[in-house]
Amino acid sequence: MPDKIRVLVAKPGLDGHDRGAKVIAQALRDAGMEVVYTGLRQTPAQIVNAALQEDVRVIGLSSLSGAHLPLFKAVTDLLKEKGATDIKVVGGGIIPEEDVPELKAAGVAAIFTPGTTTTEVVDFIRRLAEEKDDSSPQTKPPLQVEG
Amino acid sequence: MNSLDEIRVRLAPWREKLAATLAKRPGRKQHFATDSGLDVDTVYTPLDNGNREYLNDLGLPGEFPYTRGVQPNMYRGRLWTMRQYAGFGTAAETNERFKYLLQQGQTGLSVAFDLPTQIGYDSDHPLALGEVGKVGVAIDSLADMETLFAGIPLDQVSTSMTINAPAAILLAMYIAVAEKQGVPAAKLNGTVQNDILKEYVARGTYIFPPAPSMRLVTDVFSYCSRELPNWNTISISGYHIREAGSTAAQEIAFTLANGIAYVQAAVSCGLPVDQFAPRLSFFFNAHLNFFEEVAKFRAARRLWARVMRERFGARDPRSLMLRFHTQTAGCTLTAQQPDTNIMRVAFQALSAVLGGTQSLHTNSRDEALALPSEESVLIALRTQQVIAYETGVADTVDPLGGSYYVESLTDRLEAAAREYIAKIDALGGSTGAIEYMQKEIHQAAYRYQKDIETGDKVVVGLNKFTMPPVPVKGLLKVDPAVQEKETAKLAALRAGRDNAAVRQALAELKTAAAGPENLMPHFLAGARAYATLGEMCDVLREVFGEYRQQVMF
Repeated sequence: MPDKIRVLVAKPGLDGHDRGAKVIAQALRDAGMEVVYTGLRQTPAQIVNAALQEDVRVIGLSSLSGAHLPLFKAVTDLLKEKGATDIKVVGGGIIPEEDVPELKAAGVAAIFTPGTTTTEVVDFIRRLAEEKDDSSPQTKPPLQVEG
Repeated sequence: MNSLDEIRVRLAPWREKLAATLAKRPGRKQHFATDSGLDVDTVYTPLDNGNREYLNDLGLPGEFPYTRGVQPNMYRGRLWTMRQYAGFGTAAETNERFKYLLQQGQTGLSVAFDLPTQIGYDSDHPLALGEVGKVGVAIDSLADMETLFAGIPLDQVSTSMTINAPAAILLAMYIAVAEKQGVPAAKLNGTVQNDILKEYVARGTYIFPPAPSMRLVTDVFSYCSRELPNWNTISISGYHIREAGSTAAQEIAFTLANGIAYVQAAVSCGLPVDQFAPRLSFFFNAHLNFFEEVAKFRAARRLWARVMRERFGARDPRSLMLRFHTQTAGCTLTAQQPDTNIMRVAFQALSAVLGGTQSLHTNSRDEALALPSEESVLIALRTQQVIAYETGVADTVDPLGGSYYVESLTDRLEAAAREYIAKIDALGGSTGAIEYMQKEIHQAAYRYQKDIETGDKVVVGLNKFTMPPVPVKGLLKVDPAVQEKETAKLAALRAGRDNAAVRQALAELKTAAAGPENLMPHFLAGARAYATLGEMCDVLREVFGEYRQQVMF
C-alpha cells in the first residue's frame, strides 16, 4: 500500500475564519490523507517550518481577510529559499479572480474559491501529490519525521 | 370552539387519506427537516400546542417572557435601526462611507475594524503584514478615531463597534473623541461588541487568556453603569457561531451560555444584576430556513427572560429583555450568480423583522467575492427600506405569533437550546466548554457542506440552475499602499506627541492591570495622551499573557 499523502492545512495571518479550513482538513482526512491543521495566526515562517517538520507533500493555505497576496507569496518564497519546492502549495478563501495569475506565478498550484466542492479539492491534491517533481532539481530529500 | 379531541378524531382519517395519496404520488422528499434537523410535519394544528399556555409562554408584547417582542408596540412606534457594518482602508475613507450611508437614510453607524486593530497590533507591526485596512478600518490611536468621526456629531448618532479583545480601549478612544466634540459621555449611544467568549469559540480575534479577558469585560460593565448609562456594554453574539457552521439551536444555546457566563462573572465581582443587565445586548444571524429563523429569535427572547429570572433573580424588566441586532448570513452568499444573493438577503432580513430585531444589517450581493461596493451596499439598505415602508409587516406586533408551525418550532428550539446549556453547565460553563462548542459547530458545518455536495441541500446557482461564470465588475479593492500610509502616520504621531506623558500613562496602566482596579480610566488617560492601541495592548500582554488556541485536529 502506498504511503498516505501528508498535507498541512494552515491559516496564515490574522484571519479567524476557520470553517473552510477545518472542513477541508476533515474531507482530506476522510479521503485517507494524513492532515496536520496549524490553527489560527500562523506566520509564513511557522507554516514552512511545520511543513518541513511534518514532512508534508502539500500545504493548503486559507485566507478570507484579503491578505492572501503577501502571505501566500511569503510561503512560496520561503519554500524556494529552503530548497523545498517539492512541497506543493494550494490556496483558498475569498480571493478575487484578478489575483489568481499573480499567485500562480509565485508557485501556488491552484486557488479554490467559494463554491468549490471538497471532492474537487481532494482529487486535485491527490493528483498534485502524485506528480513527479522535475521543476526543482536542487530539492533536498524530505526530512524524516520521528516518532 | 372545537375541542382537541374533536380535532384528533378528524385528524386520524385525514392522515390515512394523506398516506394513500403519498403512496400514489410521493412527496418531494421522504423526510422534511429544518436546517437544525428539527422534523417538519405536513401540517400543524392546535394539537401541536402541547402544554403551552398563552400568558406564561407567549404573553403580551413588552411583557414577560417577551416571546412576542420587547416593546408593547414594536415597529408601530419606531422602526428597527438600519445599521450597515462598514469600514475599510484609512479612517478618512471610512468617514466618507459613513457620511454616504447617513445621507442615504441609514439610522445608525457600525464600525468594522481591520484585523490588526481587533487583535491589538499597530499598523506597523510585523504580524499586520497584508492585513492593514482590509476587513475594516485601521485605527492606531485617538488621532485616527478623530478622523473617523469627523463631522459626525456623536450626540446625534448611535455607533456600534465590532471590537472585542481591546473593546475597552476603543471605547475609551470613542469617549475621548466625544470629549473633543464637547459631547459628555453620559449622552453617548451605542454598543461595543466586547464578547470575548465567542472569539475563543468561533471568531478568532482573542488576545488574552479567559480570566483577564473577563475582567476587561466586567470593567466595561461597571464603568458604563456609572458613566455611560445609554451604552450597550456588550453584544453577546451568536452571529459568528452560526457563520462558523452551527445550527439554529446551537446558535441560541451557545450565545445564551456565553451570556450566562458574563452575568455570572459580573455578579461574582459584586455588581448587582439589575445594575448592569439592562445594558446587555445580543447579536444574531438571519439564516435561510425562514420559519426556523423567526422561531429562533422568539425562542431566544423567551429563554433569556427565564434564565435571568430563574438563575439570577433579576427583577428590572429591562434585565429580562433580550434586545438584539441581526445580520443576514454571510455564509449563505454565493460567488456564483451573485445577484441572486439580493433575494437571499431580502428573505433573511424579513425573518429578522418578523422575529422582532432592534437593528439590522443586510449583506451585500458581492460579499462572497470582496468587501461590498457602494452600489451593492445601497441595494442592501434599500432592501430594508422596502420591508419597512412597503410590505406592511411592521404594522402589527409579531404577526406570526400563534402560527401552529412557528409556535411549535419556537417551543422545540427553546427545548433543544436548554439541553445544550445543561451540557455546557456540566462542563463548568462556557469558559470550560470552548472545545466542546467548537467540536459541535465543526460537525454541523461538515454535515452542511456534505448535504450541499450530495445535492440534498439545493443552493440555487451553485448545485442547481447553474450557469457559466461571468466576471463580476466593480468590486471594491483596498489600496495596498494603506499599510505604508498608516505606518508613516504612526511615525509622525510618535514623533509629535508628548512622549513623557505617554510613558507615564502606560506605566500607570501597567500597575493598575496587575492590581484589581477598573482599567477604564487608565485607557482613557492613555487615549488622551495619544498612546497607541498597540502600545496599550502590549502593556496588557506583558501583565496578562496571551491566549493560545487548542487545536482540535
